[in-house]
Amino acid sequence: MTALTHTRYMTATHLRQLWRQPWWIAVSLVQPVIWLLLFGALFQSVADLPGFGGGDYITFLAPGIVIMTAFFSAGWTGMGLLEDLDRGVTDRLLSSPISRPALLAGRVAQQTLTMVIQSLIMVGIALLAGATFANGALGVLGLIGIAALISAAFASLSLAFALVTRKEETLIATLTFLQLPLSFISSTLIAPELMPGWMQSAANFNPVEWAVEAGRAAALGDGGFDVVATRAGLLAAFVALAAWLALKALEKYQRSL
Amino acid sequence: MASSAIEAEGLVKEYPGGVRALDGLTFGVEQGTVFGLLGPNGAGKSTAVRILTTLARADEGRASVAGHDVAAEAARVRSAIGVVAQRGGADREATARENLRLSGRLHGVRGAELEARVEQLLGGFGLADAGDRIVRTFSGGMERRLDIALALVHRPRVLFLDEPTTGLDPEVRADMWQEIERLGRDEGITVLLTTHYLEEADRLAAQLAIVDRGRVVATGSPDALKRELRGDAIHVELEGELNGARAGLDRVAGLRDVTVDGSALRARADDGARAVPSVLATLDSHGVAVASVTVARPSLDDVYLRYAGRTFGEADQKENGR
Repeated sequence: MTALTHTRYMTATHLRQLWRQPWWIAVSLVQPVIWLLLFGALFQSVADLPGFGGGDYITFLAPGIVIMTAFFSAGWTGMGLLEDLDRGVTDRLLSSPISRPALLAGRVAQQTLTMVIQSLIMVGIALLAGATFANGALGVLGLIGIAALISAAFASLSLAFALVTRKEETLIATLTFLQLPLSFISSTLIAPELMPGWMQSAANFNPVEWAVEAGRAAALGDGGFDVVATRAGLLAAFVALAAWLALKALEKYQRSL
Repeated sequence: MASSAIEAEGLVKEYPGGVRALDGLTFGVEQGTVFGLLGPNGAGKSTAVRILTTLARADEGRASVAGHDVAAEAARVRSAIGVVAQRGGADREATARENLRLSGRLHGVRGAELEARVEQLLGGFGLADAGDRIVRTFSGGMERRLDIALALVHRPRVLFLDEPTTGLDPEVRADMWQEIERLGRDEGITVLLTTHYLEEADRLAAQLAIVDRGRVVATGSPDALKRELRGDAIHVELEGELNGARAGLDRVAGLRDVTVDGSALRARADDGARAVPSVLATLDSHGVAVASVTVARPSLDDVYLRYAGRTFGEADQKENGR
């Protein structure tokens, strides 16, 4: 109970911090829209290739970009924590009765809530750009639910990584190194049938691919409900693992003091 | 009988690389007093605070705060204490009021009680007009006052102040001293203060422990510690070598603890002013030229020299240069 109450306080605190950085909000809203429109225009003719079933590309792309944005922004969650560690905020909280999980969960929740709003805006823009979501509002809700799972998982991993390395440069370098490969070894931008065989096999182990498949199945109806259910299950397990790692990393940090 | 608010027994803490920050630290703090841990940078004061505030764990030894064991009953200790760390730790992107509210809520203070306490603290710490300002825009002194207010929202029984005036301007430091004196007097809470400023310990602490290299080398009230030195400090700045004068000095009546460090000759005497002529005559008879002589009432610097075997300034610089 305390953990939930404290998570609420911390989430509100972090949301307010974000709200006071209008430039950051503007950039984080505009960036995915640019991806959506830019990739949509650049790869338009890709949809003519076999494997796309003749659908239009923006419809195919929209769920992928929602997932990609969730995955990309979640990676940066650790940056705020690094600043708190540096300024002594985390130490002050650790010597107060705050619930330990809440100390981390507040940041994950803030990141994921922000992502939900981002996703809704992206879906709106996609609709204006001519995308159609075959499964309607319920399907879009499913897509956003899946995006929330991938966001929570990578936000937790980012916090764990920040607590272990305690260096902004290391986090930035690691994210830069991982983000594009993990996005490209998935069907975010291109139909899986068009990927080389080894990439298709590798993608089976990529949580981003689980999320893209599930999100697309939910929103567009490709692949059916069991694709959504199995991938969501995998992602939930991944979230649990990431959260456990983050808590272990917090314990490790405290032992180093 | 006053019970102990803080007890530390044989605390040992070693960091990777063989750095022994604490080497059997032992001290006790009576309830309702201001207690000072005085020592140069790197003496282990902050490590001690981190252990007593449940942030870090000791490798050996035990400690209790407000009657609770810091390792076994960490949650109870956290509810009973307020902590002002060296780095502060206020949320700089939030207002003073928002910071105070969050701190109160995490300690279970809610509703009207919380609002009243927040207003009281803002007023009491001279932040009434700054309550809705973002902390990032605060001056160093304002931020420090907020740090202390943050640690007091839940009316803790024990307050930890780790180097509360480091990095502040001299005037702001004097203001802080008044605030801390007021805390000990009005709020009636136990305060553990760490400092590497001798005059700060002298002015604020009722009881002191002098810490050097992770151990307590002396305890007592500042006055008692100074009194133990029995007498005044004589400091002679020499222009030449002491040569054979040392033996002569040992025969000067009432002169004790003669030490020579380069061109600095230090000694103690019950009545410093009376001993100076004999000291100068002895030096003169051995042909040692004297640049200056000072006689001073004993200071904590002398206490430190006596127990740690080096002057405070030397120790501080050495540790800083590490």
